[in-house]
Amino acid sequence: MAKLILSMDGLVLKEIPLTKERTTIGRKPHNDIQIDNLAVSGEHAVIVTILNDSFLEDLGSTNGTLVNSNTVKKHFLQNNDVVELGKYKLKYIAEPGAAQPAEKADFEKTMVLRPSAMRAAAEQAKAMTAGGAQPQAAEAARVAALQAVGSAAQAAGIAEKPAVAPAAPAAPPPPPRPAQPLGAIQLISGANAGKELELTKPLTTLGKPGVQVAVLTRRPQGYFITHVEGANQPTVNGQSIGTAPHALKDHDLIELAGVKMEFFIKT
Amino acid sequence: MDLSQILEITSATDPGMVRSHNEDSIASDPANGLVVLADGMGGYNAGEVASGMATTVITTEVAQVLTKVQPYEIDDRNELAATRIVREQILKANTSIYQAAQSQPQYAGMGTTLIVCLFYDNKVMVGHLGDSRVYMMRDGNFSQVTRDHSLLQEQIDSGLITAEQAKTAAHKNLVTKALGIDWTVEPEIHEYEVKVGDIYLLCSDGLCDMVSDEDIGMTLSMLGANLKLATQQLVQMANDNGGRDNVSVILVRVLKEYPAARGAMSKFFAWLK
Repeated sequence: MAKLILSMDGLVLKEIPLTKERTTIGRKPHNDIQIDNLAVSGEHAVIVTILNDSFLEDLGSTNGTLVNSNTVKKHFLQNNDVVELGKYKLKYIAEPGAAQPAEKADFEKTMVLRPSAMRAAAEQAKAMTAGGAQPQAAEAARVAALQAVGSAAQAAGIAEKPAVAPAAPAAPPPPPRPAQPLGAIQLISGANAGKELELTKPLTTLGKPGVQVAVLTRRPQGYFITHVEGANQPTVNGQSIGTAPHALKDHDLIELAGVKMEFFIKT
Repeated sequence: MDLSQILEITSATDPGMVRSHNEDSIASDPANGLVVLADGMGGYNAGEVASGMATTVITTEVAQVLTKVQPYEIDDRNELAATRIVREQILKANTSIYQAAQSQPQYAGMGTTLIVCLFYDNKVMVGHLGDSRVYMMRDGNFSQVTRDHSLLQEQIDSGLITAEQAKTAAHKNLVTKALGIDWTVEPEIHEYEVKVGDIYLLCSDGLCDMVSDEDIGMTLSMLGANLKLATQQLVQMANDNGGRDNVSVILVRVLKEYPAARGAMSKFFAWLK
């Protein structure tokens, strides 16, 4: 069963299993989760749980509800989401074993937001503006509609595939590059002999444009040198590398456009 | 006018590191100055079917139309032929995909994003739908040409979220326009002036979601001399960063000017204006 972990300033206060279909959060005592703090509204937010999926909805609170530092009105809770109400934090933990990596990949697939859904939202926005005919209100309604479509579409995407359990956010940022040794080049001959160049960027080009250029690529597997332009290909340890990428080893000697240099691993 | 000596075109498509299918489809017709990229969506193999239909229909139909009409001509409705060609062929592809989806249950709901670039008369006509993108490298400046038709982009435009928040948003995958999901569609079509030395990059979201714009720009400026290598490098970078989606890349470099060889009559009319 999914649960919430209530904490303040890093101190865990309570663990709350989401047993009910509606779990209310607020300052007043009738709430399922009472947080007695003036920054929390009387009826602040509600979590609606249907089977394995939980949706958080802000109930028009004064200070707003944040999920992972973003203000939300409605949000489909994902494992490890952090809900913030004032100084209090509620961490959402999905039912263990419910999140399947394969299904997560499925959820990432591009989906079309049906135009009919957009039209409905636009009409809804129009209806809303018909009441209060002020330009700001119109814009606010349009924005609200956009937001509503977002959460609705997300919810619909899930509803179509009931097997999909709350997984990690649909598009987590690319995983950080694994710590890999840093390589460098030291020039042995030429005008800049003795100079050292650290290869921190994913790509570093060497040589003279129009004459001979090679690129050093930093990849998870290590460093590679590839011929880019020029009639002659660079040599590594006296051997021409041809046009295919060539993996570099520590202390390889590269010769390019008449300049000799050594590749080495720094750390 | 044969543009195959004027445009240098390289392309690559790769299923990525996670997906078993490649739902992207790319096509190019250098002689007619046409490149097309589509990123399909739909269950089983329907995504591949939709993107494949889009690229095939558009390349064959455009080639057909160009035997009769010149893209720089202004027709009797005072519309540039290039605009009309791009729009009408996109609509034709839309109809084919929509009808296939309606008639075959296994293709129900399939659709595809689309980029069409038609080069003519020192210009390029860009038509697009969905979240596949066109970027341009000109004089060392790298910029995005198209604006995604996605929920995220609309939220950014309306000020709901910042571009920074968008990078970690949960619904990157929702597009607001696509080819083949409805009986009709309104593609976004714009014309741009082209300069010699420009490099145009067409890519599916498998590239721009995995590799930062900064790294893509750096690759093009460093490896611009070797377009084939730049193409491979972009696909490799997407895969090295996780390759969670299919990656497709088309690079087009403009080698020479290509003003349309107009007839004496049209020159006369141009002079009258």
